[in-house]
Amino acid sequence: MFQRTSSTNIRFVVFALVSVFLIAVDPHQSHLKFLRTLLTTLVYPIQYVVNIPIEITEWGSTTLVTHSTLLKENERLKQERLLLSRKLQRYIVLETENRRLRKLLESSFKINDKVLVAELIGVELQTFRKQVVINKGLREGAYEGQPIVGSTGIMGQIIHVGPFSSTVLLITDPNHALPVQINRNGLRAIAVGTGNNNKLLLEHLPNTADILVGDLIITSGLARRFPSGYPVGKIKKIAYIPGEAFAKVTIEPSAQLSQLREVLMVWPNEKADEINKYLDDLTTKFRQ
Amino acid sequence: MKKSKKGNGIIAMSFIIAIMLTALPLPDWAVNWRPDWVAVVLIYWCMAVPDRIGIFIAWFLGLLLDVQQGNILGQNALSMTLIAFLTINSYQRMRAYPLLQQAVLVCFYLLLYKLVMLLILVYLGLNKSDWTYWMPAITSMLLWPWLFIILRDVRRKHRIS
Repeated sequence: MFQRTSSTNIRFVVFALVSVFLIAVDPHQSHLKFLRTLLTTLVYPIQYVVNIPIEITEWGSTTLVTHSTLLKENERLKQERLLLSRKLQRYIVLETENRRLRKLLESSFKINDKVLVAELIGVELQTFRKQVVINKGLREGAYEGQPIVGSTGIMGQIIHVGPFSSTVLLITDPNHALPVQINRNGLRAIAVGTGNNNKLLLEHLPNTADILVGDLIITSGLARRFPSGYPVGKIKKIAYIPGEAFAKVTIEPSAQLSQLREVLMVWPNEKADEINKYLDDLTTKFRQ
Repeated sequence: MKKSKKGNGIIAMSFIIAIMLTALPLPDWAVNWRPDWVAVVLIYWCMAVPDRIGIFIAWFLGLLLDVQQGNILGQNALSMTLIAFLTINSYQRMRAYPLLQQAVLVCFYLLLYKLVMLLILVYLGLNKSDWTYWMPAITSMLLWPWLFIILRDVRRKHRIS
């Protein structure tokens, strides 16, 4: 009896110390990456099973729709496609012009980064932080710090990579900061998360800064982590507080962070060959 | 003292189900009320079979939970180790208590568990929680009598001791 109690005490002290060591080391260094990757592999099957009911309902809602709904959707998608291809035509002309002008200025121009579609896995993480899990990992070439983009705007970046899945920190997490600029005049700022899914704050913008409600905020690409030129959100509210040097600027993110199922992983420095080829083809067509 | 291997699968299964319940998405209003499933199941097994479920298993479960939730490694591990330590040191008393008194003690242990986690979050500067942070301890307390009876029946059926 006595022996067991004392061995429990020793073990408690040992493992408590090991935990304290982990807590002290993990946030600052990457030595523990292999441990996390290993454990992620163990946890992934559990997350996969939890996600199955969601997959099934999704499958059901796409397979068991009526003929008329499908027709309607098809109609809508066709219209959307037409509208988008019209926009694309103008975009291509502008892009070639932009490229030519930049060549004149002898500055390089990169657009059309390599992308890959990933799906969210429906599992709950720590409640007061904004993180999600996606179903692509080391196998697909994901890396720590990789930007994640939704269909309408920047979503966040990868913070942990496992073999089959990765954890994404959303831009609305209270510990996330994103270098941005205002599209209208190129004014640079930092967008900080609030923990609220449809609110970001622009930090350190002086009261006299040229900002308006409705201004589009895009990534500036200054931290070299996010590619430049992706939409982040729109200015929703500007509050000038008397006696404060900085205005309190609220942004509404353009990505629907709480509703998305599919996201894009972006490799900012690798060009997507297929898209480029497609664009080049179209461009040559236009020239003729 | 020979350690029996019987029922290891059952115990592991109960922990896996507990982790699944922790990962299961809930509607927004319910998220803050989710019981600390893994901690409660751990308390049960530490109380029922303290020779087999000890500090190391608690620590390892904590690490798994840290990875699952995307926490700093060691956060849950430290708190789980504490829970196992407290339970193993008081399992004889706990077994003698009536269910309601047990539930109160479980609530107390979970409050300590959450306090340790909160201190770690404060140390890391990640603390953005409000009073709802403590709610899981209450829901876990309410859950305890049912969970205790279910797990006891499972344990007796499979003769785990």
